[in-house]
This record gives sequence, structure tokens and C-alpha cells, in this order.
Amino acid sequence: MQPFTTHKGIVAPLDRSNVDTDAIIPKQYLKSVKRTGFGPTAFDDWRYLDPGEPGMDHSKRRENPDFVLNKSPFDHATILLARENFGCGSSREHAVWALTDFGFRAVIAPSFADIFFNNSFKNGLLPIALKEEEVDALFGLVKDNPGAEVEIDLPNQTVTAPNGTQYRFDIDSFRKHCLIEGLDDIALTLGHSEEIKAYETAQVERTPWLFNDLRGHTGG
Amino acid sequence: MTGLHEDKPMAGKTLYEKLFDAHVVRQQEDGTALLYIDRHLVHEVTSPQAFEGLRLAGRKPWRPGAMLAVPDHNVPTTNRAGGIVDPVSREQVNTLGRNCQEFGVKEFPMADLRQGIVHIIGPEEGFTLPGSTVVCGDSHTSTHGAIGALAFGIGTSEVEHVMATQTLLQKRTKTLQVRVDGDLGPGVTAKDVVLAIIGKIGTAGGTGYAIEFAGSAIESLSIEGRMSVCNMSIEAGARAGMVAVDEKTIEYFRDKPYAPTGEMFERAAEYWRTLKSDPDAEFDKVVTLDATRIEPQVSWGTSPEMVVPVTGKVPDPAAEPDPVKAEGMRKALAYMGLEANTPMTNIPIDKVFIGSCTNARIEDLRAAAAVIKGGRVADNVTLAMVVPGSGLVREQAEKEGLDKIFLEAGFEWREPGCSMCLAMNADRLEPGERCASTSNRNFEGRQGQGGRTHLLSPAMAAAAGIAGHFVDVRQA
Repeated sequence: MQPFTTHKGIVAPLDRSNVDTDAIIPKQYLKSVKRTGFGPTAFDDWRYLDPGEPGMDHSKRRENPDFVLNKSPFDHATILLARENFGCGSSREHAVWALTDFGFRAVIAPSFADIFFNNSFKNGLLPIALKEEEVDALFGLVKDNPGAEVEIDLPNQTVTAPNGTQYRFDIDSFRKHCLIEGLDDIALTLGHSEEIKAYETAQVERTPWLFNDLRGHTGG
Repeated sequence: MTGLHEDKPMAGKTLYEKLFDAHVVRQQEDGTALLYIDRHLVHEVTSPQAFEGLRLAGRKPWRPGAMLAVPDHNVPTTNRAGGIVDPVSREQVNTLGRNCQEFGVKEFPMADLRQGIVHIIGPEEGFTLPGSTVVCGDSHTSTHGAIGALAFGIGTSEVEHVMATQTLLQKRTKTLQVRVDGDLGPGVTAKDVVLAIIGKIGTAGGTGYAIEFAGSAIESLSIEGRMSVCNMSIEAGARAGMVAVDEKTIEYFRDKPYAPTGEMFERAAEYWRTLKSDPDAEFDKVVTLDATRIEPQVSWGTSPEMVVPVTGKVPDPAAEPDPVKAEGMRKALAYMGLEANTPMTNIPIDKVFIGSCTNARIEDLRAAAAVIKGGRVADNVTLAMVVPGSGLVREQAEKEGLDKIFLEAGFEWREPGCSMCLAMNADRLEPGERCASTSNRNFEGRQGQGGRTHLLSPAMAAAAGIAGHFVDVRQA
């Protein structure tokens, strides 16, 4: 996983609440068996005027000129700014892959849906929850000064606006540590294999009916 | 450190706390727990990258026998024998089969009678059980909470984590009790209850919480009805929703293929009976609804919280004091092609979809058939379809002659799968088409680009199909 320490970049204002993961990456692209290549179809229904299908050359499609990510300088944005309950709906991690593949390193919003929030940390995308009035202020600053860069400092848990205003954000200490170090969760957990086995040994006695394992893939 | 964690030594425990504590393998100082996962459901869309991750790291599944896989999102609902026409969908379904073979995971392939929507087949097979922790790379995993399980959706990275370690890193969430007390009126179903709850608390009302649904109205629901309620916990923002175990729960599992039998069943049942919140347990938040005031519901907008009783009207953004909310309502009305203040019963529909992990169990089909019997799909309705949740539901419905009722009325009777709930297969809305749908999400483009979804109960969807517009099923 790509570690995250500090990042400075352009902020794209997506002035919508309840942005769902169906909107971030529509279902037809979930047929891919890969983790990459979702960037060109991020926000597909809003971003293009023609319907999209997997396998198309998306650079040849008709862009919606009114959509924020089609406008300069936001087509080079690396920080996404949105309203409350960002990432609600389907658990599809493809939504996070679409954002990172587009080039986003962070999303700032007043609140996030739980599964999206979790998925972000697994992929080096930093979801930052700021107060509603702080998000409002950032929308104002971006509107007055499009293209001005915002700086995110994860170790110090701050977002610095172009006018120098600094906002502090909260983050779970374990998640922060994993993100800064770019740690692989699975390797960490496998370091506790003996404890997992000990738990299983105890549970087989307590709830044996949960250890009646299914066999093979084609058997009856 | 191994063992149980006593968070609230003074007060009793909620059901969520009991389930969580019974699965803690170890706990870090910051409260992050390593939670043991008993049951892992797998489908073709969110698993290929996880299997690939295992392969790349040279890892094996920790306990393949705790996994059950089924293709459901991409499968066709017509002409199964002809296979999957779309080559991209076909490749994804084939990839699931190959991965299950390679890693020794049990799969119900497309031709298996037991194939169906992952959340329908879990309880149907007795694979998901009371007191178990259940995960799946699918947000509607909350469905299994209806049987007193701790069940929640995860992303693909977490799917890989569970495959490799049989555990997940989790922090305890806050607890929310939603109490629905009183008797539900005739024609008012589990779907109406959960839509009314979402209408009240909003799509983020349960974010950061595990919901326990309680109260006499919830207790009066069948296990299948409770599944419809818990299914949509995620539409209220909560990853997990659950209902305490009672005798109905225990009876439900008496004849399920993978459930324990004989003495082992009685031993399990004894434990299952403890799976309820203690009388003195404290919830972080409590919300109450009066069941007697819940009417049949229909959504009008592009978020499940945008819902009104069928007796109501399309809301007017001009009456909304919050400017951000009002703007959201305007966008929704524009997308849905609706005028404010239109009575819901004046809205004509183009299609009907009865199916999905919310409402494709046998009781849902019985409820729809009871309304349809002797009727005929309205002329303005171009497609009305019933998609059973599994091959076994389909078989049972045919035994009861429900298929004939649907077919005689002009409904199509399809093969099981997710179908038009998310339109990954060939079943979809065309731009501008309006659908009465028993599914769970009315997001923009959910059922097809430009499609307009109205969420409602199976009985209400059936009645709308016959009338050609929304109607109050109590008068249909």
C-alpha cells in the first residue's frame, strides 16, 4: 500500500451530499477482475454525456462540460471535497480504486459512510472528516480561488487552506500508523496466528456446530 | 491477550456486545480488536481481486470450509442453458469457479438448484446461524442479523484479510436500538417498516452504529420479514442490523441442510436462547416508532430516505428550510421527472421488479401473488418480472402454483439472481423508465442509466403492476 504522510494538491469541489458508490463507479465496470483501470470511468454517469461500457476507449467519449472533474484545473485535482455521507451504499471497493486511479489521495467531507471509510484506509486514500462549517469554508475558498493548493499533514492531523487557515482532524491512531508506514494488515494479523488458533481450539468446544466445515467445491 | 472483554461491568450487555465479545481473538490497547469470522459468503464481483491477492502473496485461505461461494450479480435470469452472453460477465463468473476450485472453496454454480442471491441462500442452507459472525463483500450482509448473527458487509481488501486469517480488525461501534411497538395494520409489511425507519432517521442515521431492531412489531414479524428489515440497515447507514433470537428463530433452523441436528441442535438452541440484549443493557441511542401509524411506503427520490406513505404527495423543496437539503430534493425531482405535490397514486409506472435480497423469499412471492391473483398487468406496463431469490425458492413457489398466477397475469417468471436490483446482468431500465421495485436502492442509475426507481413492498409492487400506477394496496 502507498504510504501517506503529507500531501499538497488541487481541491475539486463536488457540491453534493450522499454521493453513493454507484455514482462513483457504476455497476457495469464492476465486471473487471482487476484492481486497476477504474480512473477513466470514475463518476461515469456525471462525467460523460454518452453511456459507457467496459472495454471502450473512454478518451473518445463525449465529456459533460459542466461536471467539475472535466474543468481545468480540477481535472488535475488530487483532493476531493464533498458534502455529508460521502461513499454511502454498496460496499464496492472499486469506488476507492476509481478515486485513487483518477489521482485522488484524499477526500474531505463532513461525514463518510462506514464501509467506504474503511476501504479507503486499505488503499492509501485518506478520508478526512471536518466540521460542516469548515467544509463550507473550504468550498468558499475553492470557489474564490480555483486551483489554489491545500496541504494535508497526516502526522500532525492538519489541513491547511490556501489562506493559511488550519483545520485539525481526528483519526484513529492505529489507522494513522498503518497509513504512514504503508503497512500490510494481513502480514500484521498473521503475526498473531497462534492466538487465532488458540481461539479456534476453545471455540470448537463452546460452539462445535460452527466448525462443521464445508468440503471441496463440487461435492454434495 | 485472549478472552472476553468486559466493557460495561455494571450494566448488562446488548446483543451486539454479546456477539462481538464472543468473537474477540485479541485486543489492542487502542480498542481495535481482532474479531473471529465464522462464516464468509463469497460472490463473483468482490472476490476476484482478493483471490488474486492471496495468489500474489503465496497465501492460502485459513479455513476454506468456512466459506460458501455463489455467482449471483451477473447471472442471467432467462435461458440459463444458453450460458452468459456478455463475455465480461461470463469471465467474472468463470473466474469465481476457477478460484473456488483452486482454493478448495464450496461453490453453488449457476446450474445448481441451490444457486441464488448470496443473502437468500445463507440462512436457507443453515450456513449462516444465530450467534455466528458473518461477512461478505456486499453491503447487504446485514440481512443475516435477522437470525441473531453479527453480520456486515466488507470491501475486497477485507475479503482477502478474512480469507487469509479468518479474522477482521474491528473496533466496537456504538449501539442504536430501533423500537417499533404496536400492531402493524393490514397490508403493512416488513418492507414498509424499514422504509419508514429510514424515512425517520435518514440514510446516515445509523452511521457508526450497529442497530438492534426490537419492539412488539418486530417480534411479530416472521424470520423472513426480519431479514427484509435487517437487509436495509445499510440504507440507514449501519453496517450491521440485528434482531434477538426467539423461538421463531430456533424453529426456522430445525430443518436447514447445514444447521446442526439432533442433540447438537438442542445444545446450539440452548446457547441461541441467550442471544438477546439484557434487560438492563444500555444503548447509545434509542429511536421509537409507533407501528399503528406506519402506512404502506413508496420512495419518490434518489436516496432511500426520500420516502413517503402511498397516501402522501411528492414533497416540495420550497417547504424545506435547509438549503443544502432543498437543493438535493430539486436534483432528485429533476432526475425522477416528478413535480412537487403530485399525489403518489397519480404516478404511472413502466416496469415492475419483484426480487432482490430484500424481497425475493417465498413469503414475498406469496404476498405478491395474493394481490395479483386474477388480475392482469396494465397496458402501460411494458415489463413486469418476478425473480425468485434462489433455485429453492423458485421450486417452492412452483409447488404452490405461484408461477402460474404470475404468468397468467402477464408477469415474467425468471431464474434466480440479483437481476434488476443493480442491473449488472441484462435486466435493466432504459433511460427515463420508471420502475416499481422491491429492491433496496433508488440511487441515480442504479437499475440502468437514467432509470427511475421507486422502492416499495412486494404487495405494493404487485398492485402497481396491475393498476399501472402506484396504489394503496389496502384498497387494491
